[in-house]
Amino acid sequence: MNHDFQSFDFRCKFGSKYFPYPIFTASGCASSGKELSQFFPLNEIGAVVTNSIALKPRSGRATPSMAETPSGMLNSIGLQGPGIDQFLEDDIPWLLSHNSRVVVSISGETVEEYASLARRLRVVPGLSGIEVNISCPNVENRGMVFACDPVASRAVVEAVRRNIGGELPIIVKLSPDVTDIVAIAGEVISAGADGLALINTLLGMAIDIDAQRPKLAGKTGGLSGPAIRPVAVRAIYQVHAAFRNTPILGMGGVTNGRDALELIMAGASAVSIGTANFGNPSAPIKVKEELEVLLKERGFNSVNDAVGVAHEK
Amino acid sequence: MTAINRRATQSDVEIISNKKVGAYHHMVFAAGAMAAYAKPGNFVAISVGGPSSSMILRRAFAIYRASDRGQYGGTIELVVAPHGQGSRWLTSLDIHDRVNMVGPLGTHFGIPTEPVSALLVGGGYGSAPLFGLAEILKERGCRVDMLLGASVAGKIYAPLEGKRSVNSLTITTEDGSTGLSGKVTDVLPSLIEKNRTEIIYSCGPMGMLAAVQEVSQKFDTLHQCAVEESMACGIGICMTCVLPVRDESGVIKMTRSCIDGPVMDGERVIWNSHRRIPEGTWGA
Repeated sequence: MNHDFQSFDFRCKFGSKYFPYPIFTASGCASSGKELSQFFPLNEIGAVVTNSIALKPRSGRATPSMAETPSGMLNSIGLQGPGIDQFLEDDIPWLLSHNSRVVVSISGETVEEYASLARRLRVVPGLSGIEVNISCPNVENRGMVFACDPVASRAVVEAVRRNIGGELPIIVKLSPDVTDIVAIAGEVISAGADGLALINTLLGMAIDIDAQRPKLAGKTGGLSGPAIRPVAVRAIYQVHAAFRNTPILGMGGVTNGRDALELIMAGASAVSIGTANFGNPSAPIKVKEELEVLLKERGFNSVNDAVGVAHEK
Repeated sequence: MTAINRRATQSDVEIISNKKVGAYHHMVFAAGAMAAYAKPGNFVAISVGGPSSSMILRRAFAIYRASDRGQYGGTIELVVAPHGQGSRWLTSLDIHDRVNMVGPLGTHFGIPTEPVSALLVGGGYGSAPLFGLAEILKERGCRVDMLLGASVAGKIYAPLEGKRSVNSLTITTEDGSTGLSGKVTDVLPSLIEKNRTEIIYSCGPMGMLAAVQEVSQKFDTLHQCAVEESMACGIGICMTCVLPVRDESGVIKMTRSCIDGPVMDGERVIWNSHRRIPEGTWGA
């Protein structure tokens, strides 16, 4: 028997829910799970976080909606998806039948839309959590990015909390494109968030100097990938320093176990794999395996023992 | 598709040949079991730049040929145009170097059950997947004519062994440096009439595919095309390779060219929709 393995605790907790592994997919980077299931069993990660789902079908934005940048990429997908009805009919049953833990990410254009989505999800059995995405930079009107406004952020989270009931954990996804992310975090925590997802993409832009126009049809897009990892580490570190008891789902350019451990040491309780899935469809499993080895090498008996250790030294 | 990426696997594969042919590189990979399931029209996605690369996205390449037995076991062959940073890195590799490959991916060309008269139209290195298709069509007793076009002679990819599997080969170049002077669509109507073409298979730049569809529609021929949209993942999760396609019930949906393509029914694609979402698209 391997004594190390027996004593090692890989669990993480958001609200009332325990997850067996601290590795999740990032919303928008795993579609609805089917596509990745050819490359690894979905129940071998903590949870699949679905694409952010809206009330109605969304075509997404025009192509080109992607541009590779140094150690990163810009996207202006704009939350393409089938809408909540078809999503609940097709995607959720499939995921649950494959024993995947499911965190449903939701996105609305108004506070009332978030409330409606929460009401729809409240009655769905088998879910493990809700991610409230208030920070997608690819909506037509940047003014609608709730996460840039503390009052609007609070209103959305209060509405979701009121409508979802007490059982299902609410994880709120914030934008790093704000002056004071700690202030926004404070608002959503006091409004009832059980956890925070940090960080969404940063708004960026690239220009094709031959065509002399923006590379993306939508002009601007969200920057993701290893290029933004230091921003994620900073945001997680700042928020964890202020709110030690609120678990953070960290994300931003995590490609391997070392990257994941960096976010955990900054204060993340679990880590989502996003853009890395595009380059490596088995990235979540690779990160999980490497993380376990790195934690054991450093003498940690649980992932929880490593959360935020960089604050103590 | 019944299951997404059903035949796809991911593995480190060895380069066993890398030869410059005109403007392109013909590369052969010892791909093992991956080769057994590859069909004309399928593609592979390859990591580029090495482990410390700043290029984080895979590059997609249409499979030129696949063979599941031989000296090296299963092999997958590609024709690579070194026109970007990633493809230049790939073509600069030596024999015995290894790359990480995911495949086979995407839809493949449909093969008619009856022997028909088929016309295969390729633009630039888009001719690559058509040679394997030609062999299969020939085996099924089809008449196979091929029409290849490019801007200049060096960009026509037409290996000698490929030419043997077709009844006729017509080449056009825009500068007239080889074959007929002009575009493939200049000669397409006369070839359709002469050969009584019943189905067109095409692969190449989107502009060419759109022009082929226009001619195909006039002659009421079937048209299967392998579309070329830039992809970040190749496996259906990033949603960047979408294009508007009319589904079976007539609804236009932004459709992933990696898993619902690259081979699509030309009649269903809403062409010339670059940088815009067509009116009436589902969810627009």
